Amino acid sequence: MRYIKNVASLKFFAEKCTNCLICIDVCPHGVFLLKNKKVEVSDKDLCMECGACALNCKYGAIFVNSGVGCASGIIKGMLTGGAPSCDCGGPSSTECC
Amino acid sequence: MIDENINILELCKKPSRFETVKRVSSEWSGMDYLGSIKCRISNSFRMKYKIEPGLYAVGEPNENSDVFASANYKLSFDILRKALKGLNAWILVLDTKGINVWCAAGKGTFGTQELVKQANKVKLNSILSHKRIIVPQLGAVGVNADEVFKKTGFRVYFGPVYAKDIKTYLNAGRKKTSEMRKIKFSMFDRIILTPREIIPAIFKFFIFAFVVLLFFGIQPKGILFKSAWYCGEPFLLLGLTSILAGSFITPVFLPFIPFRPFALKGWLIGMLLTMFLIFLFNFQEQKNILILVIEILFFPMASSYLSLQFTGSTTFTNMSGVKKELKIALPVYLISSVISVILLIIYKLHKLALI
Ligand code: SF4
Ligand code: SF4
Repeated sequence: MRYIKNVASLKFFAEKCTNCLICIDVCPHGVFLLKNKKVEVSDKDLCMECGACALNCKYGAIFVNSGVGCASGIIKGMLTGGAPSCDCGGPSSTECC
Repeated sequence: MIDENINILELCKKPSRFETVKRVSSEWSGMDYLGSIKCRISNSFRMKYKIEPGLYAVGEPNENSDVFASANYKLSFDILRKALKGLNAWILVLDTKGINVWCAAGKGTFGTQELVKQANKVKLNSILSHKRIIVPQLGAVGVNADEVFKKTGFRVYFGPVYAKDIKTYLNAGRKKTSEMRKIKFSMFDRIILTPREIIPAIFKFFIFAFVVLLFFGIQPKGILFKSAWYCGEPFLLLGLTSILAGSFITPVFLPFIPFRPFALKGWLIGMLLTMFLIFLFNFQEQKNILILVIEILFFPMASSYLSLQFTGSTTFTNMSGVKKELKIALPVYLISSVISVILLIIYKLHKLALI
């Protein structure tokens, strides 16, 4: 499933990447791919801006403006002037651990 | 609520030192099943469904057994311990304020700091002879593996997204396939998430119904129930229909509904159902053009709004996209609500023969 095109804030700086593969390991949407022994972004539109890749990339090769993709959380953030936050149980789908 | 599953495991690493650790069963009791259902339905129940942070044992773990990090939302913990059936393992429960791993990781409560803190607190070092902690992959949103290593000497292994893959993952020598890394969002997942949308919407519906009945009930002779019901009934039916459209049909059939923005998906389904209902019932009052316009303006919009709320439950919407949707949708909602109210007032004044 894909969300709106060309909105994700994900940026990948190939020149800093050491191909350590951590990003591939942590991304729940398979945004990063290994191609000809080099890591690249396969499809930016799949990115949900969770921020796992940027947090775990030791080499600063990834930037993403991470946050919740949740309407009521964002509205709340707008009203209170703070960062969007949700207090929903989140995607506690079937057997997410 | 968890005590029934707990007994004490005595560890004897060195003859001089005993440690006790709570041991949990990997079976679910009736209460656990009931709790897992209640969590889907009641927000207040879910918020309180917690367990004590700290170290737990499953089976007969020893110093070589794997450690799995989890949240102190009891359902997260229960799902994990069930998946560990037949294994001997440790569970390190972080204090996430009763929130599941993913959400807590997004907030930072399931994070580097808390992991380091709990690992130190339970003296993981002294219990284990290895240096591995398996963290659910979705925890990577809050856990910086490199930093945990620098602070504790433990290496973080990001395990599979779903607890059911844990055994395969372990058997493969802590290796994930690319499938195990992916978060899914099946129709079944979406269906069980809908009560959380429908129930708050029903509460709003009661307020809406009260206002509608009051509005149509007001007559020169006072508030008449008969006219309230006669004119208000179509609005109430349409209101319930928008909840059905926005909080159930749109979420469940999400990938099959055209357009990417949720607001549009919801509007489309809302519009189809509203039209359907209007033609089906052919209400008397709809002969009035004002009422017809209000119905077509307001109810699909309500469905659109409700669908947009579902972005909070999905696994693939991103903040930039939802912000973009809101930027357009919120002004539209506001304007159409205001227009609807103005039209209603004109209609009412006309009915009362005041204009
Ligand atoms: S985590 Fe960073 S350095 Fe490692 S492969 Fe990904 S982008 Fe490259
Ligand atoms: S932000 Fe999340 S979804 Fe986007 S690329 Fe990074 S890990 Fe993947």
